[in-house]
Amino acid sequence: MAAKVITVTSGKGGVGKTTTVANLAAALAAEGQRVVCIDLDIGLRNLDVVLGLENRIVYDLVHVVEGSCRLRQAMIKDKRVPELYLIPAAQTRDKSAVTPEDMVRVCNELRADFDFVFLDCPAGIEAGFRNALAPSDMVLVVTNPEVAAVRDADRIIGLVEAEQKGPAQLILNRVRYAMVERGEMLSTEDVLDILAIDLIGVVPEDPAVITAGNLGSPASLDKELLVGQAYRDIAARLLGRDVPFMSLKPKTWYQKLGTFLNGGDTK
Amino acid sequence: MGRSGAGAVRAHVQEEDQFFRGARIILQVGKRELKAADLGRLRDKFGDLEITLAAVLSEARLTQQAAKALGLKTQLAKTPAHVAAAAVAKLEPGLTMAALMQQTLRSGRTINHAGHVVVIGDVNPGAEILAGGSVVVWGRLYGVVHAGAAGDAEAMVCALDLSPQQLRIGKLITTSPVRRGQPEPEMAHIRDGQIVAERWVPKDKFKRLT
Ligand SMILES: Nc1ncnc2c1ncn2[C@@H]1O[C@H](COP(=O)(O)OP(=O)(O)O)[C@@H](O)[C@H]1O
Ligand SMILES: [Mg+2]
Repeated sequence: MAAKVITVTSGKGGVGKTTTVANLAAALAAEGQRVVCIDLDIGLRNLDVVLGLENRIVYDLVHVVEGSCRLRQAMIKDKRVPELYLIPAAQTRDKSAVTPEDMVRVCNELRADFDFVFLDCPAGIEAGFRNALAPSDMVLVVTNPEVAAVRDADRIIGLVEAEQKGPAQLILNRVRYAMVERGEMLSTEDVLDILAIDLIGVVPEDPAVITAGNLGSPASLDKELLVGQAYRDIAARLLGRDVPFMSLKPKTWYQKLGTFLNGGDTK
Repeated sequence: MGRSGAGAVRAHVQEEDQFFRGARIILQVGKRELKAADLGRLRDKFGDLEITLAAVLSEARLTQQAAKALGLKTQLAKTPAHVAAAAVAKLEPGLTMAALMQQTLRSGRTINHAGHVVVIGDVNPGAEILAGGSVVVWGRLYGVVHAGAAGDAEAMVCALDLSPQQLRIGKLITTSPVRRGQPEPEMAHIRDGQIVAERWVPKDKFKRLT
């Protein structure tokens, strides 16, 4: 079986690309899939931190591309799930060290032995984006329900279409149910109205994501978290399962009590 | 085509003997003048090879007359599709070229065109159209649009939902008022030195009203 190469991109920075890669990769690996994540944010790497693998880095993507180590040597294995690996970005070198052709070569080498290869894109539409797009089989565009983020997502979707790598699929991240209800935040429908692409996931805003990122332990591995469920649902959709979109409406204390008495999850 | 020409054709056909047997042939001879005798000889030689000479196409009057005298066709029957294709092969004099975009223009996309621009799709916020002529959007116009960019004050902008971030015609500039209610097809143009947007109303509606 050949791996599917998934590019996670957004245009705008800080919308949750790295968080998405870490959570989807962990969720899929927890399901027994063989997964590799590659951090393409050369000079500003942080996927290693979010995955909690920072202190095990010896070699990085630039070493692989330059041929100063073998691909396998640069793959850091996660210890929590069976088959999850990270190829970290170089922290210090210059960005032109990696070309789109390099990425196609590296990904082709990985295809035979894995089920998913995730490419964590840097912000922007320059070289890093081109590198992440070249080997891509599927593009996930992450955005937030904010006008500026949606504008950049629209731009990226257009560029993906122009490169014949579309249609991209959308992940709407950091949705606040209460704000949408009050009409203070764009709704999922508002965002889809402009972007006009398929939605593959809606992820609520949850401080637990930030905590998990700091601890280096993806929220999708925590069965207790609603936000973890949102990521697990996207992972299931990537596996071709037809999972309905969950309601982001927080449960009332009365509902929680009922679930608690029935011995269920109260989140 | 003299005797040697006919000879060359015959030699070639003879080589491909099997392939051409039973075929109908149309000769295209351009401006060459062929007499009825030349054509007759050619027809007979083809006949020996079991090939039918069906028509002779030529711009030379002499050749055409010779072909007609021998009962050969000098024109091919035209299908309606041929007629239509020939009719649109030239540009209508006095009209400006329009560029047609059959896709949604996403943020960051810029279209610059000397003539008119027609978009079948949306023009998203952050996209921009600069046209020498008018702009027609069969979709939602949310981006920036500049019609008559070279100074044509007669240019217009039409859209099914006319809500541009900024609309310019010629030297004038305006932004969209906040929309109340459902969008409707509208048309913006310059009247009395101002850009005005008017709801599109079918013409016969006026008739019915009066
Ligand atoms: N669903 C979420 N809820 C709360 N915080 C989030 C969520 N998704 C991302 N974040 C936080 O947003 C910040 C930026 O996320 P990150 O994944 O690094 O973005 P990017 O890779 O696109 O620059 C991080 O601090 C992350 O913890
Ligand atoms: Mg990142």
